[in-house]
Amino acid sequence: MLTDLTIAAAADGLRRGDFTARALTEAHLAAIAEANPRLNAFITVTEADARAEADAADAALARGEARALTGIPLAIKDLFCTNGVRTTAGSRILSPFVPPYESTVTANLRRDGAVFVGKTNLDEFAMGSSTTTSAFGPTINPWRRRQDPEAALVPGGSSGGSAAAVAARLAMGATGTDTGGSIRQPSSFCGIVGVKPSYGRCSRWGVVAFASSLDHPGPFARSVEDCAILLGSMAGHDPKDSTSVDVAVPDYRAACARGVKGLRIGVPREYRADGMAGEIEALWARGVAWLRDAGAEVVDVSLPHTKYGLATYYIIAPAEASSNLARYDGVRFGARASGGEDLRDLYERTRAEGFGAEVRRRILIGTYVLSAGYYDAYYLRAQKVRALIKRDFDAVFAQVDALLTPTTPSAAFGLGEKTDDPVTMYLNDVFTVPANLAGVPAMSVPAGLDADGLPLGLQVIGRGFDEETVFAVGGVLERAAGFGG
Amino acid sequence: MSLDPATVRRIAALARLRVTEDEVARLQGELNGILGWIEQLNEVNVDGIEALAGATLGALPMREDVVTDGGMVEAVLANAPERIGDFYAVPKVVE
Repeated sequence: MLTDLTIAAAADGLRRGDFTARALTEAHLAAIAEANPRLNAFITVTEADARAEADAADAALARGEARALTGIPLAIKDLFCTNGVRTTAGSRILSPFVPPYESTVTANLRRDGAVFVGKTNLDEFAMGSSTTTSAFGPTINPWRRRQDPEAALVPGGSSGGSAAAVAARLAMGATGTDTGGSIRQPSSFCGIVGVKPSYGRCSRWGVVAFASSLDHPGPFARSVEDCAILLGSMAGHDPKDSTSVDVAVPDYRAACARGVKGLRIGVPREYRADGMAGEIEALWARGVAWLRDAGAEVVDVSLPHTKYGLATYYIIAPAEASSNLARYDGVRFGARASGGEDLRDLYERTRAEGFGAEVRRRILIGTYVLSAGYYDAYYLRAQKVRALIKRDFDAVFAQVDALLTPTTPSAAFGLGEKTDDPVTMYLNDVFTVPANLAGVPAMSVPAGLDADGLPLGLQVIGRGFDEETVFAVGGVLERAAGFGG
Repeated sequence: MSLDPATVRRIAALARLRVTEDEVARLQGELNGILGWIEQLNEVNVDGIEALAGATLGALPMREDVVTDGGMVEAVLANAPERIGDFYAVPKVVE
């Protein structure tokens, strides 16, 4: 099946003329038509644009002008603005929004010839770990429990639509954003590879903002090498994002085959959470053994402030979100509530109607922790703990080249579970949040199945701007795991 | 620190979010649950630690203070919920 190919294999097949870009795109559009009514991975499917882009790719191939992604069908998280294509952020308040501009990351992918098949579902404004807070309904994980195949499982979140689309062969790769784990956690839940690069590596320009100091665009794909190809295209300095960093983008693809011989890999003891599932602990131990067998030296290390990561995140992220989301006022773009008596009433009605429960909660928390009298106790203190967490990583990366941890504390859970108490849902991100606070690159690689037959991922964390080592370690784990998701 | 109903209403007003009276009680419970969990940060010794606002390397770059684009009235207004001519329209704000 064309839809089972990796990006690397499809690019070779297109160049050899084994099949056309149009045929490759048609195969994916047919898969979407069949599976999307059940999975709800896409909010918008752009068939006509995709066909036109595929035909343009075939013309480029015929001229011998193929680029890295020419003719490759990709899915785009509906948080990236796409010129002339509705971009909703999974929110009612942006449901009428059609951007008149293109995000830098999607422009880079287009420059390299990619075909966009559609915009994927997400937790509203990327706030969530289950893709159930979307105003466009939940996305369903294509994986099912062996013993209970009828139960609908969540794909993780917030980039759950992208992860489900790639796992279900509806796209060969996808974009996501990761603010506290929103690429790595759904990758783990859906049995695919996801990368959160270093902060500043991929431009945030044209990506609907959630928490600006924590938001990281990054790729999803079904292999480590495919993620390397995608990140190579997405990354690069962008003067339109003042936090974009002007350093050369290395050859990530070459790094995938580099191996780990002579590398020092740290196993942080604080990630061994109390009550960690035995299966997760066993998976982690297997990962350690694979890296050791491949010639790495594995050492125990300490990141003492790990346990404070989540609480720090749940002050900083809502604080930044409450500021970023102040722009949604029903005046300049987006949905407007009817019946506003005056301007203030218009704002209050528009925002109450336009934002869902989780977004409203985070705006309120953010407003509170930034408000007069509480700023020092909450926000300033959280920024200081963030500095300590960053310092932990700096110290540990003086001793080791990369860290190995589980990606998530559990496999995918059922739709409707973990919704009674917001904090229970937040705990999904316990292993992923620290890398966002420190801005260091991290990847989730599928490494095995649990007793229910659901995928579990291992996380590799690297030094700032050293994604290459992350790809090298990820490549070794992938080959050792032989995961055939 | 625990939020009372008046504080919930005050924050909602600051955030320009309309809340009904039934919502205030529910929000009070949810927000206090989250804030209670966040209290754990009080155990961390942060004496002498400089606050970290973000993970970017070095200082933010400067750019030339020049006009880089403009003259895109239709693109700018294309998403307006309501417009009158080349202006956004809002309810009456001056009595």
